[in-house]
Amino acid sequence: MVTVSINGQKVEVEKGSTVLEAAKKIGIKIPTFCHDERLKPHGSCRICVVEVNGGANLPTACVTPVYEGMEVETESEDVVTARKEILDLLLADHPLECLTCEKAGECVLQDLCYQYGVEETSYDGARNHYEIDQSNDFYYSDQNKCIKCGKCVMVCDELQETHAIGFAERGFETHIATPLERGLSESTCVSCGNCVSVCPVDALGSKKKTKFRYWEVNKVRTTCSYCGVGCQMDLLVKDNKVVEVQPADGVNDRMLCAKGKFAFDFLSHPDRLKMPLIRKDGRLQESTWEEAYDTIVGKINSIKAENGPGAFAGLTSARCSTEDNYMMQKFMRAAIGTNSVDHCARL
Amino acid sequence: MTNSVDEVLKSDVLFVTGSNTTENHPVIGSKMKQAVKNGAKLIVADPREIELAYYADVFLQIKPGTSLALSNGLMHVILAEELQDDKFIEERTENFEALKELVKEYTPEKVAEICEVDAKDIIKAAKIYGEGNRAAIYYCMGITQHSTGTESVMSIANLAMLTGNIGREGTGVNPLRGQNNVQGACDMGGLPNVYPGYQPVANPDMKKKFDEAWGVDLSDENGLTLPEMMDNALRKSVKMIYIMGENPMVSDPDTTHIRKAIESLDFLVVQDIFLTETAELADVVLPATAYAEKDGTFVNTERRVQRIRKAIDAPGEAKNDWEIFMNLMNRLGYEKTYESASEIMDEIASVTPQYAGIDYSRLEGNGLQWPCPTKTHEGTRFLHGERFARGLGLFKPANYKPSAEVTDEEYPLIMTTGRVLYQYHTRTMTGKTEGLNNLAPESFIEISPELARVKNIETGDRIKVSSRRGSITVNAKVTDKISGNTVFIPFHWAEGAANILTNGSVLDEYSKIPELKVSAVNIEKAS
Ligand code: SF4
Ligand code: SF4
Ligand code: SF4
Ligand code: FES
Repeated sequence: MVTVSINGQKVEVEKGSTVLEAAKKIGIKIPTFCHDERLKPHGSCRICVVEVNGGANLPTACVTPVYEGMEVETESEDVVTARKEILDLLLADHPLECLTCEKAGECVLQDLCYQYGVEETSYDGARNHYEIDQSNDFYYSDQNKCIKCGKCVMVCDELQETHAIGFAERGFETHIATPLERGLSESTCVSCGNCVSVCPVDALGSKKKTKFRYWEVNKVRTTCSYCGVGCQMDLLVKDNKVVEVQPADGVNDRMLCAKGKFAFDFLSHPDRLKMPLIRKDGRLQESTWEEAYDTIVGKINSIKAENGPGAFAGLTSARCSTEDNYMMQKFMRAAIGTNSVDHCARL
Repeated sequence: MTNSVDEVLKSDVLFVTGSNTTENHPVIGSKMKQAVKNGAKLIVADPREIELAYYADVFLQIKPGTSLALSNGLMHVILAEELQDDKFIEERTENFEALKELVKEYTPEKVAEICEVDAKDIIKAAKIYGEGNRAAIYYCMGITQHSTGTESVMSIANLAMLTGNIGREGTGVNPLRGQNNVQGACDMGGLPNVYPGYQPVANPDMKKKFDEAWGVDLSDENGLTLPEMMDNALRKSVKMIYIMGENPMVSDPDTTHIRKAIESLDFLVVQDIFLTETAELADVVLPATAYAEKDGTFVNTERRVQRIRKAIDAPGEAKNDWEIFMNLMNRLGYEKTYESASEIMDEIASVTPQYAGIDYSRLEGNGLQWPCPTKTHEGTRFLHGERFARGLGLFKPANYKPSAEVTDEEYPLIMTTGRVLYQYHTRTMTGKTEGLNNLAPESFIEISPELARVKNIETGDRIKVSSRRGSITVNAKVTDKISGNTVFIPFHWAEGAANILTNGSVLDEYSKIPELKVSAVNIEKAS
């Protein structure tokens, strides 16, 4: 263990920890663009610079290891000047569309420009103009907004392991693209959206079916309802509607697949069943719960009187909750009297 | 799974068999690819050249239905090369001699012939698995949906025990659960022979326990399995079926047979979130809530009980499934009421030993992996650590038997079924997502280039596929993912439904799982 001081506060951390980790431990926030603890450290954006023992060169907190007796300042004058300069440079080639930008409210660039009071760029130079790639069904790539943090590429390479995107061109023209710039729909991309989830700006964004602002939504932690991996995720809810899904920590290590990330439209689909239906004159017709319960209970009683509990069978569901399943088998066993309960687990 | 998902990255050998992991369990599939990049060796056995095959050190493109022979062959080589774990066999297992005897005749050459792969690859795979320090096996429906499914699973377990690859981190025998809560449905006794917690209904002590817990006199007779229910419906001895959240009209084998069975019923109740193909046949359809509209739990493939939480209100008058059952029970004279899903979990914990330590307050955070026998127990990452449930691990040697469904002149091809990445099960949910439908709009048949040449078929041609049960018409996809006379059709779509063709009548003798992965078919260009 080593003891370091951050903004005058002492903290003990394991040897080999980074300054960023040490700061996190005592709740001191250092801004980051390119850092993600799941990825190999690469220290490319430099927004996380800090001052160490009053030295003039400012190391990046996300890759610099701590040492005994280290004294770190995270918001010193030099640090703030350096961060402002980085933001200034980023804005030199970034459209200031915050009013209509989908990411507003959850954009790291916007937040940091606000924090450090960077209103606009002091540079006057060329700007890139890329066409927005809308070819993927679930997300777009707007390279005019990319800040080249590299996270999307690394997530696709190191975590998702699909290798669909990479950096194209060099220098000023650097941007994220698919091989040969054929566009996302022609790439090997599997639409997992894991790159979208880590993009700090709106360069990679989910196509929204409902307009919403990030400050308008509630986040509800839940478990994906598709396959048995059981990924953890947050549902973003606005006006009683799920408008986006974001990956959360858990067995999935903040990853999702296309189904978990993007396939939630069914919840608010107009075809959802809303009322009990009872077959009358050969047709299923809307009815009330009372009538539905009476019909079912009536049938159960008459069939049971005539044929006994052996005439009943029930299918529980690998899709429903554990509690729903428990209640159904209890209903079949305790209220009807048969063990004929099964489900499609075999399929 | 005997082990946990994050242990994928702790293994030095992964043997993936009958699981197209990157499409069916994508997040685990990615972890497998990460493991390979970190240096783990990968063995893949599958009739199709799935994505993982490209990452594999050995890819065994086995004929559908031959994985039992393959496991026996691998064990043969492991014994011949003396790669078995003698200490583990000695201390933790029994019946080893019988296994040794049985696998003697499964020489690589013989197995190569059965599986239609190269004997050298079998030897190579056996050496990789046998030499691994932490070798894990992952499997899915490609193993279980065969007439010898249970025996195939046993032989996989034999392989793990033979090499001591069980009960330690990064090892194990790991079935990947297809649906979000298959594990929970099984745990809760959604099976005809057991109460919650796999406590047999035919065991008088268990019956007594549940009689007392539930305050009723329960039946001690095993109930009917799904295929038996359908047969009994046809015979008119089952009169009423109640279906919650399932769509057997698409998911089950031999759709024509299922339809007849359902139509023979006096009364069908279906409770679901959409009017599914099955619900359309019902007498009463009840609107249920979806996962985002209720509190509850799902149990994932590593036995982790995790919360779902109500985020939005259900549409119209839809109700929680558990509430509907409570209301029906009350009307049938069973008085007990519940206020919440949490209260039901408390009752579950009181009757289910594996869940005894679980309640909602303990599930905040990342849930708990059962067995979790007490309120202070932290849950169980991997099973069989010190000992097996029965004490010693029993080798259960099993001989390979060819699939019950055989090809002949009229039906010379073998069809196997599965899922695709962009659709899910019977598409009740994914079918309502535009983007997914664009990526995977309709059913198709994968045909090998060799076969396509013989039949003069090109990608996009309309193909009539027939089996002894019926026929469907789908689009051709010529691909070298598949080889020889094997064809593949995903089962998601009601239109061009693979399960019109599959055989529901041949069941695994133990698990009663139908032989879904092997159907004899023929194909011709549709006019
Ligand atoms: S969506 Fe997934 S596969 Fe596609 S580029 Fe992003 S991370 Fe890669
Ligand atoms: S697209 Fe987003 S994640 Fe990728 S490099 Fe640009 S800013 Fe970073
Ligand atoms: S996000 Fe994908 S991998 Fe994760 S549980 Fe859902 S369906 Fe499975
Ligand atoms: S966050 Fe540290 S260099 Fe980018």
